[in-house]
Amino acid sequence: MQHVRGESLTRRSLRRLLRRKLAVICLVVIAVFYAAGILAPVIAPYSYTSQNLDLSFDGPSLHHPLGTDRNGRDSLSRTIYAARTTVIVTAATFATGFVLLPVALGMIAGYRRGFTDALINRTGEILASLPGLPMLVLINSTMRPRFEHAVSWFEDVIHYHGLTSSGFADYFLIFGVLSLFGWVGGARLVRTQVLMLRGSEFILAAEASGASTRRILFQHILPNIMPLVIVGASASLGSIALSEIGLTFLGVGVRPPHPSFGALITDGAGRSVLENHPELLLVPAGVVASLIFAFNLLGDALNDVFTSKAQ
Amino acid sequence: MDGLAAYVLRRLLFLPVTLLIVSFATFYITRWGPGDPISVYSGQYRDSEAFDRVREKYGLNDPYIQQYGVWLRDVVLHGDFGPSYRYRDRSMGEVLGPKIWVSVRLGLYAFILTFLIGIPVGIFAAVKQGTWLDPFAIGSFLLFQSIPVLVMVPMLVLAFAAKLHWLPAGGFDGLFSKSMIIPTVALTLPGIAGIARLARATMIGTLGEDFVRTARAKGLDEFTVVTQHVARNSLVPVMTTVVGLSLVGLIEGAFFTETLLGIPGIGRFVYESVQTQDYNIILMVVLMTTAAFVMANLLVDIALVIIDPRIRAGRPDSK
Repeated sequence: MQHVRGESLTRRSLRRLLRRKLAVICLVVIAVFYAAGILAPVIAPYSYTSQNLDLSFDGPSLHHPLGTDRNGRDSLSRTIYAARTTVIVTAATFATGFVLLPVALGMIAGYRRGFTDALINRTGEILASLPGLPMLVLINSTMRPRFEHAVSWFEDVIHYHGLTSSGFADYFLIFGVLSLFGWVGGARLVRTQVLMLRGSEFILAAEASGASTRRILFQHILPNIMPLVIVGASASLGSIALSEIGLTFLGVGVRPPHPSFGALITDGAGRSVLENHPELLLVPAGVVASLIFAFNLLGDALNDVFTSKAQ
Repeated sequence: MDGLAAYVLRRLLFLPVTLLIVSFATFYITRWGPGDPISVYSGQYRDSEAFDRVREKYGLNDPYIQQYGVWLRDVVLHGDFGPSYRYRDRSMGEVLGPKIWVSVRLGLYAFILTFLIGIPVGIFAAVKQGTWLDPFAIGSFLLFQSIPVLVMVPMLVLAFAAKLHWLPAGGFDGLFSKSMIIPTVALTLPGIAGIARLARATMIGTLGEDFVRTARAKGLDEFTVVTQHVARNSLVPVMTTVVGLSLVGLIEGAFFTETLLGIPGIGRFVYESVQTQDYNIILMVVLMTTAAFVMANLLVDIALVIIDPRIRAGRPDSK
């Protein structure tokens, strides 16, 4: 097989992306946020649960650079651990609900066609016509007890009891539900691409030379649609992060004591806290707003460099 | 129009199927959790005999599939969506009506304002294309778009209620009261960027058309060219496309605004109903919004085809 060495679309697009100042700034903001989230146990000065009731609502000081909350917990540490929650939920939802599921379902729909295609399409149509947020709230609140039951059974089986206490169970429930509703747009994109590529000459050539369906799907079609899928999915990162924050705010997401920006905003938005200790609201609100802003701008920039063909 | 008629008919025929599947799924999900509305209201001290009697009365001891059958029969035959468990002896309409009315007024306010600000901003950016004013105008509203309602509302309360004491920090006393300002601003600001960007894009497309050159060649002043010739030709599609989108944003935004500010609207009510497992209310609202979404999308598709004959050639793509 002859291999033409040239610059791939992905490479070229990424190079153009890095030439944009604004996009690079966004990348840096997101990278810092993710690094803080991943390294939370290392860089956070305190644990997110360690209380010191003598220092309730202590203003910023050397020991607590961002002050403390009602229970005397260090705000900076809570914020860093909240970033960890966002990192886990966005990464897991992105990988499953916005890449894995859409690619798998879209490829099946596009390649199989017929009944399977119709089934996947109709399911997607119904999911897309549901009111998103009320459904998420509903599912999360009714499924939680059953889900917790299942998790504790699973913990007994594997003789490890850290799943619930580490907050893993909450994360799993949230990203599962978000994925359930998230795949529709991506799957449509993949399906259209597969249908288009199927008619193209290089697929015909591969079929003619006796390549198996699996080989065609994974070797020929998949590499061609992956960049598009990733770009499309990256536009949703902001709304994934916001969904978790919103659900937690409404009391059906991550539960205390595990920190999340939803919980931090709830704590900071109370009347008396707001009047006397506005920094408890301003810090999480500022972090969330800049993260979402960076996500949105980066999504725009990615879309620009990938879809405008370089001529 | 034959293709369109068939397309609309197909979509309309699919609506009852969608509603049936959605209602079944929602029905199961609501009953999936532990407990039921009766146990929520009877609290801890309950007379088990009375408890059973009430459950029996509402048919909550029957198998789920039978309960669903009864519910569906009542809805189809009598248009009866079942009792609210929290508000006994009041019909669904009496309970939901005022809440919906509050949310609709609030939403309409924000909706109209979003267009009134978004479209001029888009036109402005399009006319100033190539200067720093274009990215500045769009960018500043993009910043507002990135601030979630959940963050925006407490910030506004902090600034205008807690610090400056200009506005009340919550509540709802009518459409023309100070209490409407914070929710309206919070619901309006995030939507402007989307409309402005779309308006800008279509405006720029139209600015390059021949008839615009003709209008300028006639010696018309730039203001007339932009408002009378360009805007008229490019903004109608923008309006219709964004309607569906903005509706989704408003409904989701209302959830947080109403909860944060204590506004007695439908968003907050749904949230309370989920917490108290008021099955029938949840079902009713989910079905209503689903039907509204589907109908809104369909209407947008139809409107686009009627407005723009160019789409008529191909099949309008479903969103």
